Amino acid sequence: MSDQHHEETHIIEYGQYVYIWLGLLAFTGITVTVSGINLGNWTIVIALFIASVKSYYVLNYFMHMKYEDKVFKAFIFTALLTFFIFLSFTFWDYSFAR
Amino acid sequence: MSSLDHAAVQHIHRDDYGSRMGMWLFLFTELILFGGLFIVYAVYRFTHQQEFHLAAQELNTTIGLINTIALLTSSMTAAMSITAMQKGNIRFAKGLIWMTIGFAFVFMINKYFEWGAKIHHGIYPGSKELLAKPDGEILYFGLYYVMTGLHTLHVIIGVIFFLFILRQIKQEKIQPTKYVRLENSALYWHLVDLIWIFLFPLFYLIH
Repeated sequence: MSDQHHEETHIIEYGQYVYIWLGLLAFTGITVTVSGINLGNWTIVIALFIASVKSYYVLNYFMHMKYEDKVFKAFIFTALLTFFIFLSFTFWDYSFAR
Repeated sequence: MSSLDHAAVQHIHRDDYGSRMGMWLFLFTELILFGGLFIVYAVYRFTHQQEFHLAAQELNTTIGLINTIALLTSSMTAAMSITAMQKGNIRFAKGLIWMTIGFAFVFMINKYFEWGAKIHHGIYPGSKELLAKPDGEILYFGLYYVMTGLHTLHVIIGVIFFLFILRQIKQEKIQPTKYVRLENSALYWHLVDLIWIFLFPLFYLIH
């Protein structure tokens, strides 16, 4: 049962990659532009948000995650959750230590 | 008959799915490796905000931007090389892999000049000039060298992977019906791109 994963190959066309690439370049442009505007603490929030959006496209299209099995998606979720726990606990610990 | 089939299956045993899964599991260990450094960065940036801002002024945003574009483009050519391989266009696939390697060299040459300029100005770990700066700036440059250095090491490893792939294509070990190693190398390359997506704004774009 477990080895019944179907190996249907999904071919992503060149054109689609070009669109993703143009999108990624546009987002890079936005990050650079926004960083020039003084928005205080929002600057880093916006920069990280745009970086996350870019990562979403790289993961799903360049890395074909969109066409992978659910198991792979569960893996990514677990890995990112682990990282988030590390990050939040560090800050939690830090804010109480002061 | 069935036993013969069984023997044949045994002989050409391959599991592309498992192979990709193994690569992903490895990539998660990379996430933890770089993730730890990102957490260190986050904490020190939080505690030394002004000094991080000041130190970041020393970095050349243009070089950072060129390297971002180089890596994004190389990520696209790496992904396209799989499409070319799937379509049986081996020559094009090889061309795209060479382009990926070319962009990797653009990245590394840029990095060489960038680091060279910093070192020339006396800013490198343990230098007198750096140690005379406030704590926050020492931390910033320490993280800058460790994180971008570790990242560039990954770029070098990625290039070695792709050279190995080109060799295997030549030896016909990688074919339009059998290309999981190309996929895994591309996955590694995209991870390098992903990490840079975060390194760029965090180090170059603090204004």
